[in-house]
Amino acid sequence: MRDTLHETSVEALLPSPRPVQLLDPTGAPVEQSGTRRPYAMPSADRLQDVWRHMVLGRRFDLQATALTKQGRLAVYPSSRGQEACQVGAIRSLTARDWVFPTYRESMALVTRGIDPAEVLALLRGSAHCGYDPLAQRTAAQCTPLATQLVHAAGTAYGLKRRGEDCVALGFIGDGATSEGDFHEALNFAAVFDAPAIFFVQNNKYAISVPLSKQTKAPSLAYKAIGYGVACEQVDGNDPAAVMAVMDAALDHCRSGRGPFLIEAHTYRLDAHTNADDASRYRSGDEVTAWLERDPIARLEAYLRASGLLNDDQANAVRQEAEALATDLRDRMNTDPEVDPMSLFDNVFASPTPQVAEARAMVEAEMHAEMQAAEEVTR
Amino acid sequence: MTTIDAPAPAVAGPTTLTFAKAINQALRDAMTADDDVLVFGEDVGTLGGVFRVTDGLTRDFGEDRCFDTPLAESGIVGFAIGLCYTGFRPVVEMQFDAFAYPAFEQIASHVAKMHNRTGGKVTLPMVIRVPYAGGIGGVEHHCDSSEGYYAHTPGLKVYTPATPQDAYWMLREAIADPDPVIFMEPKALYWSKAEVDTSSPVEPVGRAAVRRPGKEVTLISYGPSVPLALKAADAAEQEGWDVEVIDLRSIVPLDDETVLASVRRTGRCVVVSEAQGFAGVAGELASRISERCFHSLEAPVLRVSGLPTPYPAPMLEHTYLPGVDRILDAIDRLQFDDQPDTTFSEGARG
Ligand SMILES: Cc1ncc(C[n+]2csc(CCOP(=O)(O)OP(=O)(O)O)c2C)c(N)n1
Repeated sequence: MRDTLHETSVEALLPSPRPVQLLDPTGAPVEQSGTRRPYAMPSADRLQDVWRHMVLGRRFDLQATALTKQGRLAVYPSSRGQEACQVGAIRSLTARDWVFPTYRESMALVTRGIDPAEVLALLRGSAHCGYDPLAQRTAAQCTPLATQLVHAAGTAYGLKRRGEDCVALGFIGDGATSEGDFHEALNFAAVFDAPAIFFVQNNKYAISVPLSKQTKAPSLAYKAIGYGVACEQVDGNDPAAVMAVMDAALDHCRSGRGPFLIEAHTYRLDAHTNADDASRYRSGDEVTAWLERDPIARLEAYLRASGLLNDDQANAVRQEAEALATDLRDRMNTDPEVDPMSLFDNVFASPTPQVAEARAMVEAEMHAEMQAAEEVTR
Repeated sequence: MTTIDAPAPAVAGPTTLTFAKAINQALRDAMTADDDVLVFGEDVGTLGGVFRVTDGLTRDFGEDRCFDTPLAESGIVGFAIGLCYTGFRPVVEMQFDAFAYPAFEQIASHVAKMHNRTGGKVTLPMVIRVPYAGGIGGVEHHCDSSEGYYAHTPGLKVYTPATPQDAYWMLREAIADPDPVIFMEPKALYWSKAEVDTSSPVEPVGRAAVRRPGKEVTLISYGPSVPLALKAADAAEQEGWDVEVIDLRSIVPLDDETVLASVRRTGRCVVVSEAQGFAGVAGELASRISERCFHSLEAPVLRVSGLPTPYPAPMLEHTYLPGVDRILDAIDRLQFDDQPDTTFSEGARG
């Protein structure tokens, strides 16, 4: 029976007993002890970079929420408070790595360098995906929960087969770890030694359902062990720790040791989406407590204390963020033009007669409408 | 990893093959032609699949090209989607029709929609092979006719060959197609044998085949029902009816042209399907024909199909499945004006 088991010891897979933290909520460095692996503070310029992108990301997020109030976006799932996860994970990747996002990762995609207006196409309602997934190496934002992780596993394996030294990063929320596809993805990635990183943003709620109703596991990170997948848990509001753990995960994947799972403990400060009323399922005190763990303020305090950020630099970034928001608002101010005939464009790469027939019907309807309108104006 | 032996030489020219062997040959030839074609699923490797359809592929092409996966259908299909992003052309096997359902989420939400969701940027040139339908005495969940679920989902092509020749070329075309194809293989036909010409393609997929010309009744069939329809047409001939048998070959795309031209000539039509009739492919055909051939019809379009019950235990499958008699009865109900005073009787139909 021995040959059916793998050499890896359970100890090598276990996460640290407590979430990895490099900076405490006040921004003071935390002495590392008791973690499963050594985690080094990222370099000063990486920390400056991630702080800048978190500021930009948050401003983008606030603007997107504002756009829902102005009726310019149909819906927006905010990720305010989750900046360290989304920005930290993305800034640790190279442009060659693949990303598999959900509806919640708009901020991550903006950080990835995708035009914010293209990112918001899904939520605006003008297209299911506004960017080119192959060109951006970023899959379409995915709404059916956990399904994107299996794609990430497949792509990670494909990258390995192609001899590309790249990973596929799949984001997922805490609730979605209960879905079957989460488990199938971990198992596939493990069995095929695929360089996939599963990044769980444990923001404590799945719409209204708290983590306690989702799982009895001591930590979501532990779910990886049963699949032979190495894992770690991290303070998801500590950008330095997120990047350090990402570095370890990337090193693990790139050195051919298979997939890695990260559980980031964080919190969703806003409601599930603008359409949700979070006061029905959680207290204001709870939210206030998490506000005190703000990832941006935390890193800013550290950077300032270390002489890595001064007022001028901070103001420049905040101005850049304002410009981003203004530009986004202006560009979203016009109604998008969506050609009705595009309905039929991409059902198949090679269309069937039945799609062609439906297209001809709508074309005729539009033609008739146009003629009727012309007659009225005549 | 096993070493890669030279693949078995492609069979040139016509040769007699079973349906299963024809699919095997199509996989071999597609894998030889294109290194990016990968075959995977449950038991498809060393074992060669429970129906031996993938027999010898791992031996001949290596474990990198034909491999076993964990036992998880959603994983298999989702993994294939991910591989498409990196330029592979996966051909995956669902072991049996009803065991594809765990993958239905991936199939309906992603395989079918990815091209559309991404504004045409991403194509999924994958094939999902589904051994389907009954007539083999299988225990529960081994005999479903699930084509309706797939055909009802825009974005999926649904092929269902009925001859070894079609099985070979339609699979080659499915693998070459940039669109995802659900390739439905009638299990009861796996052991049927016929001549297969691998050197020249049959008509392109999307064209129905007239398997038997006739002037008085159009019998529409596909997949497992084609041999049955042909048998029924022979029996009807004994009773004086000249029946045309059409094999759709693919449900999506559907060859309206061939179907409608035939019904306009014959004025009478029966659709045969092994799937239960309610809300299914046969009903779709009946309404298309009624909508488009109303003035040519001498009688309503009738359906002969599986019963609106779950597929039964093996001892009842012959009651469940459409048979020659039910088809002949339907032809009777088409109310020929010149009802010949024929010899057929209740008794003759058992
Ligand atoms: C398969 C599936 N079931 C249900 C839903 C509806 N739904 C959308 S978001 C959500 C909660 C997800 O929570 P979680 O995974 O924790 O992610 P979060 O939204 O907190 O980022 C639900 C139930 C869905 N999108 N997909």
